[in-house]
Amino acid sequence: MSDEFVLDDIVEAGDGWIGEIPAGTLLRITDLHGNQAVDTLFYDALDYANRYSAMDTIREQGAVYLTTGSVLMTVNCDPLATIVADTCGRHDTLGGACSQESNVVRYGRHTRHQHSCRTTFVRKAKEWGRGLEKRDIAHNINFFMNVPVTEDGGLTFEDGVSAPGKYVELRAERDLLMLVSNCPQLNNPCNGYDPTAIRITGRRP
Amino acid sequence: MTGYSIEVPGGAAESLRLRRHRTLTLRTLGPDANVAMLIYALDDPAERLNVPDTLKAQMSAHIKPPMTLMSDMGRALASVTASSLDWHDAITGHSLPAAVERRFGPSSYAADRNDWRRSARFGLLTELWKHGLGARDLHANINFFTKIAPAGDERGTLAFVPGHASEGDYVTLRAEIDLLIVLSTAPHPLEPAEAWTPAGVRLEIAEGPAPAADDPSRNWRAETARSLELAERSYA
Repeated sequence: MSDEFVLDDIVEAGDGWIGEIPAGTLLRITDLHGNQAVDTLFYDALDYANRYSAMDTIREQGAVYLTTGSVLMTVNCDPLATIVADTCGRHDTLGGACSQESNVVRYGRHTRHQHSCRTTFVRKAKEWGRGLEKRDIAHNINFFMNVPVTEDGGLTFEDGVSAPGKYVELRAERDLLMLVSNCPQLNNPCNGYDPTAIRITGRRP
Repeated sequence: MTGYSIEVPGGAAESLRLRRHRTLTLRTLGPDANVAMLIYALDDPAERLNVPDTLKAQMSAHIKPPMTLMSDMGRALASVTASSLDWHDAITGHSLPAAVERRFGPSSYAADRNDWRRSARFGLLTELWKHGLGARDLHANINFFTKIAPAGDERGTLAFVPGHASEGDYVTLRAEIDLLIVLSTAPHPLEPAEAWTPAGVRLEIAEGPAPAADDPSRNWRAETARSLELAERSYA
């Protein structure tokens, strides 16, 4: 197995990343400074309608959280990627991405013009072009985010389970388009109230 | 005419417009019914139900009264004003054609006439198509009358709860803006029944009052109240 990176990017807090990941790539996302939510969407690179589906993924694995062994599924239950290593332990896919509008609902009107993940998704999707539209922005994965679901059906945002240097590694099961927002949220503990940079690396096995 | 009632058999799909402040009551016509529902703003279907936003703003992993169902733009699309059940699933999607065939065997109109087994995906996409929408417009659906219980363990294990809904169970939604509603009555994909015997549902549409100052949804959580306020601003 080659350790040579074909991809090695730092994504600053509040910035994003979009690009294609060839099938077979081992893709690693590293939480450089700890407690950082990484909002991530995957698409079949040949058919953007065949995109990541949080709910199909949850149902098929019979569990809410993502961790080693989780297969990320499309809306058609085609495997996009498999989590092959995870030093964090678990990741959220229920909490979605923050937006200016959801910030108003959750925290009040004063947050209307704060930066948000969906703003980054819009910016990077426009940059990418190729027909990506608002309706293609579906429900995402939040790597390193801790959203416990309790037995009585409650849902809360808690302090991250992550720490500096923790990473998640995925094997691309087909050619992918990946869209990332490195979350700028300041109003809840998902980034430890201090959003920080992440590193995205890819290598060919 | 203000109001009407229709029956949708099990395993079928339907779409309807629901004007602001009209109520839609779903009432089961048998045990183990499931209604997979998608919701869009009628005047701009790019605005649609956002399940993660709905759940995280109201700190709940399931749907129950008096939560509002929120769009990606923060507006309350509808309020859940009443239900005989305190748990409706919103996190496990709906059945796909291949899974239905794997589980129940092949089925076609030629062989089974109108009893052929059509998945929720087939029905939802067929109804979406009629409104100029398609696969890219699918969003996480609600599964009314279904409970998928979290074990509360490290993995977040989920289990289908058999017998959660019986005949006559109901849920009422009050539209907070004009809506396009698309639904399927195909069985929930995790429902363990060996035979394909989906229960139907009655849809009762009625004229209702606007939410008052002391409406239970407005008083549920500050986030719920703000979603109602954002919906009301569109008509201010």
